[in-house]
Amino acid sequence: MPATRPLPGPLALAFVAVLVGGAFAGLLAEAASDPSGAAGAFDAYLGRIVRFTLWQAALSTLLSVAPAILVARALSRHPSFPGRSLILGLFAVPLGLPAIVAALGVLALWGRAGLFAPLMAWLSGGDWPGIYGLAGILVAHVFFNLPLAARLLLEALEAVPLDHWRLSAQLGMGARASFRLIEWPAMRAALPGVAALVFMLCVTSFTIVLMLGGGPAATTLEVAIYQALRFDFDPARAVALTLVQVALTVAAVAAMARLGASPTGEASLALAPRRYDRPSPAGTALDAVLIAAAVLFVAGPMAATVVAGLEADLGRLATEARVRDAAATSLLLAAAAATLSAALSLALVAMRRRLETARSSSRAGLLARLLEWAAGNGALFVLVVPPTVIGAGWFILLLPAGMVFAAAPVMVVAVNAVMAMPFAVRAIRPAHDAAAARHDRLAAQLGIAGWARLRLIDWPVLRRPLFTALAFAMALSLGDLGVIALFGSESVRTLPYLLMERMGSYRTQDAAGLALMLGALCLALMAAANRLGRERA
Amino acid sequence: MSGTDVRLEDVRFSYGGGAEMRFDLAVPASAIVALMGPSGSGKSTLLNLVAGFETPSSGSVAIGGADVSALPPAQRPVSMVFQENNLFGHLDVAANVGLGRSPSLRLTPQDREDVLAALARVGLAGKEKRLPRELSGGERQRVALARVLVRDRPVLLLDEPFASLGPALRADMLDLLRDLHDERRMTVLIATHQPEDARAIAQTIVFLEEGRVAVTGPTGLFFGPDRPEAFARYVGGKAAGMPG
Repeated sequence: MPATRPLPGPLALAFVAVLVGGAFAGLLAEAASDPSGAAGAFDAYLGRIVRFTLWQAALSTLLSVAPAILVARALSRHPSFPGRSLILGLFAVPLGLPAIVAALGVLALWGRAGLFAPLMAWLSGGDWPGIYGLAGILVAHVFFNLPLAARLLLEALEAVPLDHWRLSAQLGMGARASFRLIEWPAMRAALPGVAALVFMLCVTSFTIVLMLGGGPAATTLEVAIYQALRFDFDPARAVALTLVQVALTVAAVAAMARLGASPTGEASLALAPRRYDRPSPAGTALDAVLIAAAVLFVAGPMAATVVAGLEADLGRLATEARVRDAAATSLLLAAAAATLSAALSLALVAMRRRLETARSSSRAGLLARLLEWAAGNGALFVLVVPPTVIGAGWFILLLPAGMVFAAAPVMVVAVNAVMAMPFAVRAIRPAHDAAAARHDRLAAQLGIAGWARLRLIDWPVLRRPLFTALAFAMALSLGDLGVIALFGSESVRTLPYLLMERMGSYRTQDAAGLALMLGALCLALMAAANRLGRERA
Repeated sequence: MSGTDVRLEDVRFSYGGGAEMRFDLAVPASAIVALMGPSGSGKSTLLNLVAGFETPSSGSVAIGGADVSALPPAQRPVSMVFQENNLFGHLDVAANVGLGRSPSLRLTPQDREDVLAALARVGLAGKEKRLPRELSGGERQRVALARVLVRDRPVLLLDEPFASLGPALRADMLDLLRDLHDERRMTVLIATHQPEDARAIAQTIVFLEEGRVAVTGPTGLFFGPDRPEAFARYVGGKAAGMPG
């Protein structure tokens, strides 16, 4: 072990603690200064919002996961057909698409002036008001989560040993028997975790509900927090809402942990195993219809985004000063957030590994164990506290000092950096720990430490995963609306904030054009992240 | 039941991009044949071709005189035992065996009796309700053999079935297999890396090299002074099965 005690790890941990702790300090200070106000905010209105939050999340989960079971089975039954990997690639896209872009895509299809508006007006025999409220929220949530659930369930199916498919073919199991005896048990094991993950994502969904919810009848806790702070200037209510939101997410995350879900929701679909059953022509046709329907549902809003975006005056948008400013601000803040995120993650990963090694070589004290645990899981616990909650806490804390809008860049960078950490840690940790296992003794023997070690030993191995983490964090941060919606102003605008403003002033074409730019940028970064991640061998 | 003969005539097959394999082989009814050869020599491929998990690009696979080349696996008169993964982890032992009778587990009282009898025959009486994870590796392979008994097909293929078992257990399993063969007289093709397995159970050894049958002969030949040179090279230091 090096004699010098490395600082970055504890510093990173302290940073996360201050960010989360500061938010709670703000909330508690407000509650303490106005206890009756905060208590009074637990009223029928709050009850309604909680009920709607849970109801929309439950419906979204059901509507995402149930079809995903059928789609995953259909994809598993046909392990090789032309376009299959393209479809799986398509199903991974929503994961990287900013929620605000997806919301616009849904509106471009199903909105009052959407592509399907004439059809819907004809079907309903009158005026088509556009898809707002619960229906809009559900369509957007299913757009995000059906492909995610389908990928995760397909992963479960593809983990079935090849010999089991052989056996099923040799024993002559038909489609029903193989579903009952092989496919369903494999998916059932993964199902609770998948459902909990989707439920969690829908409970904390902010942007979708903000853009598509429309009206107090369809408002979730996250959006209500935002409205309480930005429109009603009612910090007491925001405190009550925030506490309930944290309680809900803690419960959801605890359920996820119990059910063994991966909170970052990643499916690793390697080469599909071969299957030996031969689906009947009718079964194959049904599978084709299922897969095609899912593809259309997922591709629809994306295609509509492109179509509507190209109709916008992209040339004018690209030269407009406000757009340029917003784009520059977005890129700058996202790059800063990504760098910070990667640095924090690397520091935590290195600290966890060091403490783990130290533990195995000597008896570690309680503090060291606690630190190791915090370094390993700290990043994940960030998921319990949604960006809006952290933002709300700091908003209330900074409000008396009149620093809310001045703090905007710092808040956006800090919160987005921390929010991207679970993903960044996942990208960095395997490579880091493998390299550490190989190099630690050698480096210690040769006396390579500190900066020299980082430059000569670690950097060459960690370069790729670090860039993966950077690109991923940057994409997440570019698309985020949760923090900037609270802190944004005339002086600090990001692209999503500008997009929201244009929507608000009914400049739909501009919004569509901006959505196209933002979506393309984020997807390019995601593609880069994936490529860098894959080539790492 | 008794065995039927298995015949591969100029069967050609290649994995995408790989070198072409070519098999010619005639196994008489009720014989026990050991397939031996280095890794990648085609032992598993040959078994998969007979079972119907792979389709030859040309040539014919005949079982009992009938060309089965175009039949799906379930319609071939064949049972197969793999090295592992023979059991479904969420089904109990009786259900795993019952699948040999009905692939949708619709079992008559007679079927259930047969399942119990088969389990008793392989020495697992009383363990019907266990889940596979509650069994040892040897017991799991016994369950697979019990399923072979209730399935009652004339040809039994085994792909390194006892490779993950220790020497004593392996000897027990070979004894059981020999006893079952004495009772049912099915035709057995067993792929193995262990010369002593082949020596203990097989009348004939088929030695494969680079996707071809290099030598076929009685087991005694392979363990006598005139053993084929390729086989001697393959066995090398593995002295266990060699005469002192």
